[in-house]
Amino acid sequence: MADQTPPAEGRGPDTGPESENMLRYRDDAPVAHAAVTVDAFLDQSNAAAVRVEPGDDARDLIPHLERLDLVEVNFPAFGDGRGYSSARILREAGYDGELRAVGDVLVDQLAYMRRCGFDAFDPDAPLDPQDVEAAFARWPEVYQSAADARTPIWSKRHA
Amino acid sequence: MYRYDQYDQQMVDARVEEFRDQARRRLEGTLSEDQFKPLRLMNGLYLQLHAYMLRVAIPYGTLSGAQMRVLADVAEKYDRGYGHFTTRQNIQYNWIKLEDAGDILADLAKIEMHAIQTSGNCIRNISSDHFAGAAADEVVDPRPYAELLRQWSSFHPEFSYLPRKFKIAVIASEQDRAAMRLHDIGINIVRNEAGELGAAFYVGGGMGRTPMIAPCIRDFVPLDRLVTYAEACLRVYNRYGRRDNKYKARIKILVHELGAEEYTRQVEEEFQHLLDSGVEPPFAELERIRTFFADPDFETGAKEDIDRSDPDFALWVDRNTIPHKQAGYVSAVISLKPVGGIPGDATAEQMRVMADLGERYSFDELRVMHTQNVVLPHVRKADLHALWTALDEAGLGSPNLDTIEDIIACPGLDYCSLANARSIPVAQKIAQRFAETKKTATLGQLKLKISGCINACGHHHAGHIGILGVDRKGVENYQLSLGGSEAEDVSLAKITGPGFDEDGIVDAVETVTGVYEREREGEERFLDTYRRIGMGPFKEALYG
Repeated sequence: MADQTPPAEGRGPDTGPESENMLRYRDDAPVAHAAVTVDAFLDQSNAAAVRVEPGDDARDLIPHLERLDLVEVNFPAFGDGRGYSSARILREAGYDGELRAVGDVLVDQLAYMRRCGFDAFDPDAPLDPQDVEAAFARWPEVYQSAADARTPIWSKRHA
Repeated sequence: MYRYDQYDQQMVDARVEEFRDQARRRLEGTLSEDQFKPLRLMNGLYLQLHAYMLRVAIPYGTLSGAQMRVLADVAEKYDRGYGHFTTRQNIQYNWIKLEDAGDILADLAKIEMHAIQTSGNCIRNISSDHFAGAAADEVVDPRPYAELLRQWSSFHPEFSYLPRKFKIAVIASEQDRAAMRLHDIGINIVRNEAGELGAAFYVGGGMGRTPMIAPCIRDFVPLDRLVTYAEACLRVYNRYGRRDNKYKARIKILVHELGAEEYTRQVEEEFQHLLDSGVEPPFAELERIRTFFADPDFETGAKEDIDRSDPDFALWVDRNTIPHKQAGYVSAVISLKPVGGIPGDATAEQMRVMADLGERYSFDELRVMHTQNVVLPHVRKADLHALWTALDEAGLGSPNLDTIEDIIACPGLDYCSLANARSIPVAQKIAQRFAETKKTATLGQLKLKISGCINACGHHHAGHIGILGVDRKGVENYQLSLGGSEAEDVSLAKITGPGFDEDGIVDAVETVTGVYEREREGEERFLDTYRRIGMGPFKEALYG
């Protein structure tokens, strides 16, 4: 769980307040309160931040998207790709709050995560800023439509 | 053939740079081997018994002469002068150095080739009918659909960390030459009663330790929903496929545990969600891709008769050529199964010969078959003698397509770190035995497949005769099974009984073919006789 230090003023746009490793690609203020489990969230009406584990059904959150400011999707191991589907499902359902990948989040997965709708990352281990920049700059084009705003190659071919 | 445009080229080039960067971080130590492994696997790089193995993608098995020539160059420059064509229509090199891998990928990218997603828990290279565009019986050429799916599945952001590997095959004829129903998804492009084209989806087939035949989950997906439906199939699998046990992680287990009906219900539900999500490329994209697969400039009125005065040539024509949709043409199969050779291996020199002949006689097109041979798909009958002469000189003229010498074998314990037993020597001994006794011809079509471990890369479950190598208390032991088929009459082979040692398995194969010779009626193949008389007589002869 992320610690709950209040937001610090004047930090760079790429660095969130909650953890030293945080990368954030949103303009709004970071949510400072702790995320609760999906079960706890569905039981209590006041939480605005929830943490989705790989075995949770992200669709359970869909009736409640209005009151959510933050969804954390946990990757206990980077090879477990269920969180990518959770992210896209939430974006497809219209969720536009912060979607944060947490846990075993590595630089080589960042670009795909971003495409699936994640706009914040709180990795267990710090990422080298240069590697992060290279990862996001890596793909000049994309073959598919996903949860980001990128135009797929097939769309450019038939523009 | 499909050709890259600037976008395809940019993607492949970006992949080369990404891999170079990953390899650099691995060598510097910022990536652990655990972290690097899935990344190198997604670029086709395995760590095997003796060295790295690099698997290069040949999408739906189709390649040009220039591409085949670069495969030869890679074999010579970075390996030991040969390569191994695989059961998924790819090629792999067994003696690669990690430091060279980036340069190899760069060499491949220059001729529109790559090793993207040839391994790892992602959507693998898409396979298809090796006679696509040539077969007399096809509804349409299946490759445009395979190419559409290739692009969709390349660098897919949601489906790159699946529970397990994922293999798709696309065909478009009643005859199944791609083992379609033994894939995670098998797609058959069909025409409905209204004359429209659509895709029948078969999901949850596979070999491995738990072989399953894929059930049809939807018999007609309209072509303008092909990608959406595939996306729905994959999403259900990504979310609910088992991740607690890698041996139960393939989609076949999910489909089996849920039942085909429940899996289908979930896919249909997901499909409804995805319909308006904009994942489907415009139909114009499919049409763009189709233009690359237009018929070559066939000569009309090409000569039909073949001079059969040379009996060796006539035998090769009978065995290794396949009827073509265009009068005066055939598809010619180049056997990579010389008696005593390594099934599927070709030297750099042989690859160059095949490249030259493909350019000269087959509109610059070659195909890799899942049976580890190479096809020249469009050859004029008038050119066959010249073609055969050149092949024979290069040691590529074996007249043994679909015979007991045309064995599928995995690399086995000679190369593979997963294997329990050697496959190659067993294949060699069996081919030699039947060549010596001259029984190959009289046995007719007999598909024999050998795997060196339970993972079944040698397709033993689908062999008319299947052989599985196991380790029994430190000794290689071979189990015999009968009655499998990967074709439209798909079935899984059954084990005869206790296994045999290396020489014993060769004798056992001879014994079961003896039963066939004794029992066969009319034009029956080995498989037909087995299906008619059952296991009993074979068991009796083996263990009696």
